[in-house]
Amino acid sequence: MTGFDFSVVLERWPLFLEGAWLTVRLALAATLSGFVIGTLCAAGRRSGHRWLARACGAYVELIRNTPLLVQIFLVYFGLSSIGLQLSAFTVAVIALAVNAGAYATEIMRAGFDSVNRSQIEAAECLGLSRLQVYWHVVLLPAMERVYPALTSQFVLLMLASSICSQISAEELTAVANHVQSDTYRPFETFILVGAAYILLSLLMRLGFWGLGALLFPRRRRLGTSL
Amino acid sequence: MVGTAFNANHLGFLLQGAGWTVALSLIAFVGGGAAAFLVALARVSPHRAVRASAGAWVQLVQGSPLLVIMFLAYFGLPTLGIKVSALAAAGVSLTVYVSAYLGEIWRAAIESVPRAQWEAAECLALSRTQRMFKVVLPQAVRLATPPTVGFMVQIVKNTSLASVVGFVELARSGQIINNSIFEPFIVYLIIAAIYFALCYPLSLWSRRLERRAGTTPTEATTRLAHDPLLAQS
Repeated sequence: MTGFDFSVVLERWPLFLEGAWLTVRLALAATLSGFVIGTLCAAGRRSGHRWLARACGAYVELIRNTPLLVQIFLVYFGLSSIGLQLSAFTVAVIALAVNAGAYATEIMRAGFDSVNRSQIEAAECLGLSRLQVYWHVVLLPAMERVYPALTSQFVLLMLASSICSQISAEELTAVANHVQSDTYRPFETFILVGAAYILLSLLMRLGFWGLGALLFPRRRRLGTSL
Repeated sequence: MVGTAFNANHLGFLLQGAGWTVALSLIAFVGGGAAAFLVALARVSPHRAVRASAGAWVQLVQGSPLLVIMFLAYFGLPTLGIKVSALAAAGVSLTVYVSAYLGEIWRAAIESVPRAQWEAAECLALSRTQRMFKVVLPQAVRLATPPTVGFMVQIVKNTSLASVVGFVELARSGQIINNSIFEPFIVYLIIAAIYFALCYPLSLWSRRLERRAGTTPTEATTRLAHDPLLAQS
């Protein structure tokens, strides 16, 4: 048996860097849009409109009970069958955002549920407008409470973006597949790529931690989550 | 257009694939569950070195995608001189994956058992093993059941990744059919429906267990709710 040889794999670092950059872009785009979808659907589920609430509930259940791999293929082939020719990157972002949106909905709903009614009533008594109440009393405190769950979910999303290699979006895992078939060094390649993902998830957690400290200064001062 | 439309033969082939999906899920749950139990015990061990290495294992596995673990097992192990079939590679990777995530869920459940229970058991002169197995674990099991059932949904869904190493489960059998009849949208819709039929009952069951267990929000349930995996189950 031959020994390990990481050098032939490491030689191709520009490829890996490019793949990692695409992974980061995928994760960022999907995180942002997933968060927006999640917040809207969570609000929709709690709204008085029965059909809207039902539609949002059905969306969440359908997405959370089917694999991401199948969802990606459905978006990929579904969009092209209605004549939309999109790049693999766009398709990947759409599929990931739809997926992340469902999980974010459940998390944000838990956050909204944790806001006490009397807080909203108190804010109304103080003469805050509907929008102000929604922003300062409902949305931000709700987000603050579910922030840890939300960020972990988005780290999982970044890891799941590796599945986009299956529709030839050239992100980190797809690059790894090319490199290992070029170099016949699958073990070294996937060890390195695994390490790269671990590094990416650490960086992402660090970023979220910084963002949290910036967004929720009260939490930082008290050192507790409300 | 060549080929035929989707017919009963294709459906039979998909259902056969679904059977393998169920089998692989069971392998992952049993193998991963056993490993997760060890991880959970190691995470609350009194020895610092054991705790730290179990923690490192969890961080490593939770930081890398299952897909990469799958490739590492299927393509990497043979270069180390270990021959693996697609089923073995998929089983091993899913076991590794489940051990880290389920291990953390169970650790949270063990740690949610009130400290006073440990102390009371200690006062009754039970040994550490007796305290763990006779006092703490029976209570932890009750807390852990709803999220564990919820996590089974994740396991079933993640077996779909075994298709990338060529194991013919539900997703892979769909790809095979699609290659011959080229009706991707219909085929994947049917696959999605079968996955949904497998997962949704588990989701409902998990939610019912959760409702039954958590009528009063205790410290334990709030803590479990902060776990991302439980929030998604």
